[in-house]
Amino acid sequence: MALQTPADDVLLHADGLVKRYRRTRRSEPFTAVDGIGFAVRRGEAFGFLGPNGAGKSSTMRMIACVSPASAGTLRVLGHDPAADGALIRSRIGVVPQDDTLDAELTVRENILVYGRYFGLPRRAVRGKAAELLEFAQLTERADSPVENLSGGMRRRLTIARSLVNDPEILLLDEPTTGLDPQARHALWDKLFRLKRSGITLILTTHYMDEAEQLCDRLVVMDHGRIVATDTPAGLIGRHSTPEVLELRFHPGAQSVMAEKLADLAVRTEVLPERLLLYTADGRTTLTRVLARNADPLTSLVRRATLEDVFLTLTGRTLVD
Amino acid sequence: MSTKTSGGERGHPPGGRTRLSVRRSARLVERHLMIHRHTPGVLVAEIFEPLLYLLSIGVGIGRLVGDVPGVADSAAGYSAFVAPALLATAAMNGAMNETTFNLLRKLRVDRVYDSMLTTPMTVWDIALGEVCWAVLRGTLAATGFLAVIAVLGLVQSPWALLVVPCAALVGFAFAAVGLAVTTFLRGWQDFQYIQLAMLPMFLFATTFYPLDVYPRPAQAAVACLPLYQSIQLTREIALGRVGPPLLVAVVYLVLMGLAGLVVARGRLARVLLS
Repeated sequence: MALQTPADDVLLHADGLVKRYRRTRRSEPFTAVDGIGFAVRRGEAFGFLGPNGAGKSSTMRMIACVSPASAGTLRVLGHDPAADGALIRSRIGVVPQDDTLDAELTVRENILVYGRYFGLPRRAVRGKAAELLEFAQLTERADSPVENLSGGMRRRLTIARSLVNDPEILLLDEPTTGLDPQARHALWDKLFRLKRSGITLILTTHYMDEAEQLCDRLVVMDHGRIVATDTPAGLIGRHSTPEVLELRFHPGAQSVMAEKLADLAVRTEVLPERLLLYTADGRTTLTRVLARNADPLTSLVRRATLEDVFLTLTGRTLVD
Repeated sequence: MSTKTSGGERGHPPGGRTRLSVRRSARLVERHLMIHRHTPGVLVAEIFEPLLYLLSIGVGIGRLVGDVPGVADSAAGYSAFVAPALLATAAMNGAMNETTFNLLRKLRVDRVYDSMLTTPMTVWDIALGEVCWAVLRGTLAATGFLAVIAVLGLVQSPWALLVVPCAALVGFAFAAVGLAVTTFLRGWQDFQYIQLAMLPMFLFATTFYPLDVYPRPAQAAVACLPLYQSIQLTREIALGRVGPPLLVAVVYLVLMGLAGLVVARGRLARVLLS
């Protein structure tokens, strides 16, 4: 990958990175990450978009230095995780997919203890905890046990905790999965604030709206490989038409209608419940569809999203 | 940094390399202390089980036994013979409960170590920290029990204070092996195998009678048991018989602890850093 910026501004660099797992000693190894390469510059928000099992979490665990790479090179902050794991971990923050909060401690104690794991002095970590609780809007819950927190609060606490060492890179694995829409938007606001403060964000998601909202650049992953790399707008521009006309016909009629209407669109995609027509101008296409008496049950013209990019690249939807 | 590297091992996962820091291990102990600040009572609860054995068997059966052969010269009654063995058992159980029951929960249910390993803490730090904490628990239980038997007039010699560091050594040996064993457990049901080993050992490792009641071949087998070595150490010291033969037990327990620690570290790395 060609880099326009000086090498010292590249915080994360991978080349031919592979992760194989062996379920048992004798079983055939399963390849979760199959030779991927990427580079992330300081201050970027970089995303891994892909369905479950695409290899996103395995990649994150390798970057976080808790899972050794099976092959290839990986440099985090200029260091090799295999040699300097502890050093790298002292300078990054990790928000794992499952909240791994300490259930036996209170909200505040979770941050205090975590800060101590980084070797921060007690006094410093106490001040930091107060500041982070404020950031996560958890000051009033500081002394409650973590089990009493809602999903959104737990995730905010996990993020607050990950910031205790003032990390240069923050790794977020599926940061809003399982949260209700309101909690998701609240969390995105927090992440925007962090990005503005200069922290490099690396995140995985299988939500295209999240990727579009948060990422400056992203890679699309499928079956352990990177199938595309670009800005969200770049990916949509390259792999989809600007607009999509979604039509719904009687169950079972989608494929028949796809054949009849194929000439009206740049590309068609048949989903179990919907027919997608990729087109530069959805409204005009809809007029033509109606002129043919196609008579869909419902119709919707929308902007193309990363979901469409994924569908184009892999022939499958992101969330099954 | 207080990091030292003991080289020689290859192919270990990142973060799980042979880096070990006592200062970082202490932070894990700090976490446990923070939790037990809320429930300090648990720490003393462990002296009740050996105390019940002492009262029922030591005092009760002691009435029938009278003086124990070989201990008569020190004027120790049967209770004074049994008490140091129960003290060693208290140190063993206090330490081992931590690295078996409590550790399996932290490892499999609460997944406490997963988040620890996203910090500069290494698997070595976790293994050593857990063993240190267990030693603390075992030593605390043994010291509490020592105080109780001193009050009951069962302490024969000022040498008895030496049983506190001995209890720490017993705790170390069993904590480390307990930790190693726990990493192999598939679930709670597997604890019955630990019980299957621990209960007979408690009953037969000369806790309640001296080694010479066994026929010769059995004596050799019993002498190999780690609890026998532990009891030997605490009992001889408590009865004021301090001498070079005790070094056998000391070396035995040190080696057992170190072996447990190395196996535990390797296993934890395998389980936690896949």
